[in-house]
Amino acid sequence: MTALSREASAASAPMVGPPHLVEVEHLKRVFDVSKPLIARLLEHEPRRHLKAVDGLDFKIERGETLGIVGESGSGKSTLARMVVGLLRPTDGRVLIEGIDMAATGDPAARRNVRRRMQMIFQDPYASLNPRWRVGDIIAEPIHAFGLGAARPNGEARKPSKAAVTARAGELLRLVGLDPADARKYPHEFSGGQRQRIAIARALASNPDFIVCDEPTSALDVSIQAQILNLMRDLQEKLGLTYLLITHNLAVVRHMATRVGVMYLGRLVEIAPTTELFVRPRHPYTRMLLDAVPDLAMSGRARTPVGGEVPNPIDPPPGCPFHPRCPKAIARCRTEVPSFIEDVACHLAHDDPNWLAREGATSRL
Amino acid sequence: MTAPLLSVKDLRVEFATRRGPLTALDGVSFDLAPGEILGVVGESGAGKSLTGLAIIGLLDPPGRIAGGEIRLAGERIDNLPPEAMRKIRGRRIGMIFQDPLTSLNPLLRIGDQLVETILTHTSLTQRQARERALALLTEVGIPAPEKRIDGYPHEFSGGMRQRVVIALALCAEPALVIADEPTTALDVSVQAQIIAVLKRLAREHHAAVILITHDMGVIAETADRVAVMYAGRIAEIGRVDEVVRDPLHPYAKGLMAAIPTLEGRAARLAQIPGAMPRLSAIPPGCAFNPRCPNVFDRCRIERPPPLAIGTRRAACWLYDRGEVASPAKEAVS
Repeated sequence: MTALSREASAASAPMVGPPHLVEVEHLKRVFDVSKPLIARLLEHEPRRHLKAVDGLDFKIERGETLGIVGESGSGKSTLARMVVGLLRPTDGRVLIEGIDMAATGDPAARRNVRRRMQMIFQDPYASLNPRWRVGDIIAEPIHAFGLGAARPNGEARKPSKAAVTARAGELLRLVGLDPADARKYPHEFSGGQRQRIAIARALASNPDFIVCDEPTSALDVSIQAQILNLMRDLQEKLGLTYLLITHNLAVVRHMATRVGVMYLGRLVEIAPTTELFVRPRHPYTRMLLDAVPDLAMSGRARTPVGGEVPNPIDPPPGCPFHPRCPKAIARCRTEVPSFIEDVACHLAHDDPNWLAREGATSRL
Repeated sequence: MTAPLLSVKDLRVEFATRRGPLTALDGVSFDLAPGEILGVVGESGAGKSLTGLAIIGLLDPPGRIAGGEIRLAGERIDNLPPEAMRKIRGRRIGMIFQDPLTSLNPLLRIGDQLVETILTHTSLTQRQARERALALLTEVGIPAPEKRIDGYPHEFSGGMRQRVVIALALCAEPALVIADEPTTALDVSVQAQIIAVLKRLAREHHAAVILITHDMGVIAETADRVAVMYAGRIAEIGRVDEVVRDPLHPYAKGLMAAIPTLEGRAARLAQIPGAMPRLSAIPPGCAFNPRCPNVFDRCRIERPPPLAIGTRRAACWLYDRGEVASPAKEAVS
């Protein structure tokens, strides 16, 4: 059983603090976006680096959904790819139950971590191989990790064909499709159904942690509701832990237990969901909440914020948000605020109740 | 309401295919007053963009207007020869597309694109046109327009480009602006700025705006009236506050309930089972009937016409004569 393997890996892992499923430590990723060498020499230009993710620290507890929100260019997708190991961090590390996939020399441990961590991508049209039947797509992780329907402990014996078919059918039913759909090709399905197939594939290896990168952004609202409901049902049923990356604040509010807000590669704030939406501590969080078009038409007062996200290749000095921040003081222009008590803002550090003092509680 | 600026009646758009014509829009009717913002929402494939393209006369063959009429200030524009339509396009109807990068010529300075458009549609001199271009850029909120006017599109960020596109659509002071997903490609903070610009333009220039989007929040904040489209037909049309707070059509109800809000974490989102039918497989009767929680026999046979309920119209048999609301109240809960 998975419980067994869980205990085993927990025992071999260096236990520090509470047993978090995922720990992200000082995670950084720098992309080299320099021009080619010759062009650089001719134009006397230095190398240019883009800090897509610039020092992140957070933990994810077992069974929770951590939402990460941010505008384009904030580094949220880069973060997702590093967490699942699709991208190597430039610095820092990602620990899954204490195991650093990038550093561990034990292939069995690495394999086990991989099996227990899956990813759902934004575009269900691109993430499924159009030439494979749905049944084969879903069965791929079963073959890759040598899992049979009845034996999720990962013994080396090859699962029988019948067992794989049965398991694929079971998975299809789990995500609300028909086992007979296994014979079809992805193009025969709508966007929402394809995303269900992607979820079934992610579940095929019995993972306990799923990274979802904008899982519903390509879908229409009524379909989005179906997928979000499905994700929550599966979480309850299978005890899944989610890292949910999205730009949609309403989706995060609906799904997440805690939310982290990213801006230009850094976390500006992380808090339990209700806390964050009712009492945002960082001016950027507040601006984001204010900017979302309001379906309730409550006619709430807005703080208009000008400007756009700066180019991450050339971020402003000090606090990256200061050029757009209505609360910026001289210190913000020079000194980068450190991430203390789950918020990175000089104002919030000095005066935790600044928002309440303004008399503008954001939302209930 | 003053005399309508735009009047669309029973618009029907068909695509000729080898297997016979596909009806993509069917019986679409609405009026639009000067200065009014009409939101058009629906899922992908519902016919929102097609409605806009049909009005502006940019349907690509094999698509064609197969029935109904479109009147701009009383004059029919759906059957005009291409040359006459071209004169209306840009001058009397402006268009804003989703992707600002493809609406701008990457090889021309934005100032030249604006000036060219102004010169085409007005009798201003070169110098006056440039002044007008500067004024437009100021109006849509581009900081330091004297400096930016000679820049190329790639030098502008996404939000700034969309502002340029809006300025471009306004060059000839059109009476009607059709904005197709103008904020979809933008980040939320920028989206709010663009919405503000659009709203101000409608108010100050007294231009009518058709705002096509799948984002109900944008409509709720911007539009005066909203048309909810489903499978090429208008399911419900009415004042935006009424339609959003208390939708009548079961599809509109389902749609509103399916949208997660910032107001709280509901246990579950309401969901409409299934998906919108393909154009080739629209069921007989009401197009929504296979997914509808309130379906009854008549819905499967007879197609409901838009029925007037107060200031609204909903195409649903539930609202035929006396049988109002009560069964629909608990429709999607």
